[in-house]
Formats: sequence, C-alpha cells, structure tokens
Amino acid sequence: MDFNFTEEQDMVRDGLSRLVREQYDWETRRKAIASAEGWRPEVWAQLAELGILGMPFSEADGGFGGGAIDAMVIMEEFGKGLVVEPFVPTVVCAGGFLKHGGTAAQKEEHIGGIVAGSSVFAFAYAEPKGRFDYADLETTAKKDGAGYVLNGHKAVVIGAPWASHLIVTARTGGERRDRSGVSVFVVAKDSAGITTRDYVTVDGRRAAEVYFENVAVGADALIGAEGEGLALIELVTDEAIAATCAEACGAMKVAHAMTVEYSRQRKQFGVPIGSFQVLQHRMVDMYTAYETAVSLTYLATLRLGSDERERKRAVSAAKVGVGQSARLIGQEAVQIHGGNGVTDEYAIGHYFKRLTIFDSEFGNVDHHMKRHVALG
Amino acid sequence: MNLEFTPEEQAFRDEVRAFIAENHPKELGDFGMREDMTREEMVAWHKILGAKGWSVPAWPVEYGGTGWTPTQRYIWSEENARANTFMPLPFGVSMVGPVIYTFGNEEQKAKHLPGIRSGEVWWCQGYSEPGAGSDLASLKTTAVRDGDHYVINGQKTWTTLAQHADWGFFLCRTDPTAKAQEGISFILVDMKTPGVEVKPIKLLDGGYEVNETWLTDVRVPVENLVGVENKGWTYAKFLLAHERSGIAGVARSKRGVEKLREIAANETLDGQPLIKDFDFAKKVSQLEIDLAALEITELRTLAGEQAGKGPGPESSILKIKGTEIQQRLTELTLEAVGTYSAPYYGSIANDTGSNEYAVGPAHAQHAAATYFNMRKTSIYGGSNEIQRNIITKMILGL
Repeated sequence: MDFNFTEEQDMVRDGLSRLVREQYDWETRRKAIASAEGWRPEVWAQLAELGILGMPFSEADGGFGGGAIDAMVIMEEFGKGLVVEPFVPTVVCAGGFLKHGGTAAQKEEHIGGIVAGSSVFAFAYAEPKGRFDYADLETTAKKDGAGYVLNGHKAVVIGAPWASHLIVTARTGGERRDRSGVSVFVVAKDSAGITTRDYVTVDGRRAAEVYFENVAVGADALIGAEGEGLALIELVTDEAIAATCAEACGAMKVAHAMTVEYSRQRKQFGVPIGSFQVLQHRMVDMYTAYETAVSLTYLATLRLGSDERERKRAVSAAKVGVGQSARLIGQEAVQIHGGNGVTDEYAIGHYFKRLTIFDSEFGNVDHHMKRHVALG
Repeated sequence: MNLEFTPEEQAFRDEVRAFIAENHPKELGDFGMREDMTREEMVAWHKILGAKGWSVPAWPVEYGGTGWTPTQRYIWSEENARANTFMPLPFGVSMVGPVIYTFGNEEQKAKHLPGIRSGEVWWCQGYSEPGAGSDLASLKTTAVRDGDHYVINGQKTWTTLAQHADWGFFLCRTDPTAKAQEGISFILVDMKTPGVEVKPIKLLDGGYEVNETWLTDVRVPVENLVGVENKGWTYAKFLLAHERSGIAGVARSKRGVEKLREIAANETLDGQPLIKDFDFAKKVSQLEIDLAALEITELRTLAGEQAGKGPGPESSILKIKGTEIQQRLTELTLEAVGTYSAPYYGSIANDTGSNEYAVGPAHAQHAAATYFNMRKTSIYGGSNEIQRNIITKMILGL
C-alpha cells in the first residue's frame, strides 16, 4: 500500500497548476467560453507540448507511459480552473477505447493525433431516451457489405463542436437494452450524413445533438468485437468516471477555499461572517465532504485495474460519494456567499454549475447507488 | 500509489493471523459482545500481546513500540477485527502512555510504562467534571501544594471502567488565579490513595461502564506531576489528538457491516430476505460507501504521519466520520431486527444472573443495547461539535 505520488506526477501537477494559473485566469476563461469557438485551441496545443495529452498512453502506443493516476492528477488541476478543453472525451474516452479495444492499425491511426493535439474526439453515447443505460440504444449500425451504415440521434455530446472524430455506440444486433448487440465505432465527424446542432452548456462547455443519417463506415471503424461492446464501454466509462471525479475534487477544493475566504472578508453585524459558529460548522462539513470525495476518487482510480466486480463497486461508490459531496459543497458555497453567490459575476456560481452538471455525467448518484446495491 | 500488499506485507499478515489463531483465548467466546466481562477477561489479550511485544505498536521503538509501518498497523487492526479480539483498552496504551514517554521524566517512564505495556496496571482518565464537559478548561478540581504533596479535591465524572483502575491521570487546577487553560496540571494518582471514591453511573443500555470519581483531600506525592506545573493543558490536548487517531474504528465497522449483512439475509420482509429490499439495501450500500471513504482517509492520514507529521487536526475528521458510521451501523442493525429490538436483556440478566428474558433470535439480543450504548461515541473524546471547532481553527484558519 502506498499513497504517495511519484516525482513525475508531482512535476505534472506543478506544471499544470502553473499553466492553469497563468493561462486560465478568470477573465481569460470568461472571454474564451463566450467566444464563437468556445475554447482555446492554443491551450490544447500547449497541453500537447507539455506531454499532458500523451500522458496516459503506453510508450509502445506513442505516449509517455502513464496511467489512471496521472489522469487523476491532471483532471484535479483542470477542475480547479474549470478548464473546458476536452481531455476526458479525447484522452480518457477515445484514448481508452483505442487502448483497450483498438487494433494495431486503429492505434497507429489515431493515438498519434491525440498525443500531438491534432485529433480531438467526442464520445457520442447518450440518447434522448436512454438516460444512463449504455445498452438502451435506438441508434443502429447495419451491416452493409464489409462495413456498416449508422442511423440515429446522439444526445448532449460534450465537446462535439470542437471534435474532428467521434466515438459512437450503436446497436448491431439484439433488442433495445439487451446486453449483447452493442458495438463501438470510430468515425470522422465530417463523414457524409453526420449533422450536428451545436450549443453551449450551462457549465460553460460546448456540446451538440449529433444526427446520423445513413452514415457509411468501413469495417475498420469497428472498435472491439461486433455486438460485444458493452463490457468495453463499461470499462472506459468507469475510467472516465474516475477522471471526472478527480475534476470534481479540484472544483470542490477551490469552491471551499473561496467560501472560507469570502467568510473572512464579508462583514455583517460588525464582524466577519466566518466568526459565526453556524457557518463555521457548515464549512467544516464542506471540508469533510471534500476529503471524503478525494478518498473515494483515489479508491476508484486505484481499483480500475481490479476484477470487474471490485472495479464497478469502487467506481460506483465514488460516483455516489463524490456526487453527494459535490451537491453539498456547491449548494453550501452559494448559500454562504449570499446574494453574491447567485450572480454571474462571482466565480463561485460557475463552480456550482460545473459541480451540478457533474452529477449527470456517466450516471448520477441514484444510478450508481442502484449499481452498487445490485453488485451486493 | 497502490492498494496492494507487498509480499513482505502478505507474509506479515499471515504471521499475525496465525499468531491470533494460536493465542487468542478461545474459552472467552464471542469477546466484546458481553456486558458482564471480568477484569481478567478484559486484559487477557492485552497480557498475551504484552508478552509478545505487540501491545503498544504505535509507540516509539525505544519504549516498546513495534516500529510497524502504517500498512502493517492497518493489517494488525484488520486481523484483530476479523478475529473479534478484545483489544487493549486505550487509557494506558493510547492516552497516558504517550504523555508519559513524551513529557514524563525518566523515573516516571521506568515506573509506569512497563505496567501499561504488560497490561498489569489498569489506568483511568480523570478529565470531565459535572460542570466541565466540552468546556474542559473550566474544570474546578484543585491540587494544592503542601510540602512534598499535592492535596487534591474535586469531582470527576464519566470515568470509564474506573471500578477496575489501579491508577488514574487527572487534570487539576494548580493555579486558581491564571486564565482557564494556564493553571492546569497533569497528575498521576494511585487509585488506592485514601480519599479516592468511585461510584458507578448506570447507562441507557443497563450497563455500568462509567463512574463518578470523588477526590477528597487526596494526598499525592509531587513526583506524580507529569511535565511542568500549570502546563497540563498542553499535555491534555496532545493526549486528545492521540485518542482521536484510531478512534475511527474502521476495521471493526467493516466487520460490523458483514455482520449486518448476515442479519439482513436472515430477517425477512415481504417473504424475502431483508437485504433484497431496495430501501434497506440502499442504506447498507450508503454505509459501505461512507466506510470505504473513511478507510482511505485514515490510510492517507497514516501515510502522512509516517512522513513525519504527528496526529494532527485531520484526526478530528476521522473522529467525526468514524463515530457517525459506528452509530449508523448500530441503527441499521436495530432496524434490521424489527420487532425483536424491544425485549430488554441487559441488566436484568446482570442483576439476577438469569437469562429468562432471552427471547427472539440471538442476533437481536444486543441490537437495542448496542444502539443505545453507541450514542456516547459522538459525545466522548471531545464531542463531534468540538471536533468541528478544532477543524475550524486549525484547518480552516477561522
């Protein structure tokens, strides 16, 4: 058992922390997310240059030999600055599918672009009626000669407006919600038949509804075995959950620190409101919730390589516990900021919004509580 | 970062497991579940560990500690919880012991540490008073210098298991003119000294585990003062931080959740096992999730301690979360046994020596008593509200 970070991981944290501080100050972020593009490709290029985008890939695949713990370190720093650039969709999700299910040719074709920053991915898994069930798919991929033809509508595809490629889940067989018959494809976003409706999300990111109308792809677009994609999707989304939990931890840490600082500055009845015990104890409970979230994020991250049951239990425990902490810290931070907490001007409200939407990504608290119970 | 045991740690676990299997007194049955344990039963395991050199693992090696890593200490508590052993009581081992080896003089170390290690000498804690609970520094018990002695007068309360105690460590006011925290001294008292009187307090669950301790003109030699006169508050706070580490009780609670699952598998609801009921199963899952978080938090704290930090204010988090979980565990067990939570088993059996009221399934018989008993955990050791005050000051800096 070891709870220490390696020297390399400490260096990555320090480097990223500096980048977020210098490149991601509040006014710069505000302008960037309000711009036409909604993100900063030059930040993405810097991340590639720093080796961040290649961190969790093995050296054999063209990366820098890191893993889930490195992704955790990276995402925590992104969470502190509310970084919008699509590390999870591109590096954790697409990267994960390629690492765990990709052929040598697919890795060769795509990982280099991810590491260099030239390929940006979005993960199109959710559907309007599917909620959090990855097998509840109306999108179909019908065999057509050697390849497939995709039809369907994917919902709230985070980062899709910025993406060059999409990872798409679709049904190649079986009935809706069957565990078998689910397949995973990688497609270029400019493929004929793909249309998108791009929009802004409440937490300052960009997403799209993505429509597939008779989109023809080759046999080489299939990742993993046909009809057996669900286990792969569960593995990759568990990795994405661990990374997203780390992001939430970073955001919670800042939200808590901002609140404590605000309580020191803000005076009512002639004294700082931080001198009131009723607020002090609530800020202590926020702190405890943060530490709880960090511990569960460690647990999920360190169990990603365990057997399936243990992995799923740890990841669901984290998504439940971190989700509960995020809800508590977000709401309490706004409450203790008083009226200023509900303005657009104060940063705290934006942390609140990110922490709110976090719960709906890859299954909310209720969903993961059900999964935890089912695993017994 | 990893959660795996190294081959050396696995070998250590096997060694510990084998030692417990061979040496833990089997004739004592399901230890820790009985309310009528004798002094001899309560110190039996302590004495065996003392002989083995394992009774004070966390102490510095020079005073008899084992020099185990945090992971080894984790394995040690896991294995003891697994075997449901009755661990050495904290009053000597984790309270006064560390104060004596840290602040005491050589004579005090030589006189008291061996008895704490071996389990021969039973200690009790004289901190709280009827008027000084959370506001401990308002304590009124006085120690007045008279030649080579202090003369102690006052009343202490909640003195746990003082009915068995050979020695006690007492906070006494030695300077009545100083500010609250500054006139307090830390004094060791032989409980057989004339003027010391221990009276039992009966608790909600029917048990007698705490006492009132009355001190009337108790003459104690001045060499029983630990450290510097009037600096006792520093030692008292040091002791409380030590008391809080390990108070989380993670390994025991993990064992408790297993037991709860067994009970819920044997109780029925709507014709199926209670554990199949989603509402109940969800509460068990929530408990397990909170416990998993606490376990990692404790391991992170231990890793920090190994890196040179003593038990700091983080131990307050462990105290709050650990006791909340211990209480929720007993609450869910109470819910699980349903109607058989009502029959009263506790002190009627104690008073009459009879078991005639033992109705219902065996697993139900301690559910209510344990639930009532464990309400103390969020009150003792500095109430959970006091822990929040500590975190406010020491971590939030407010």
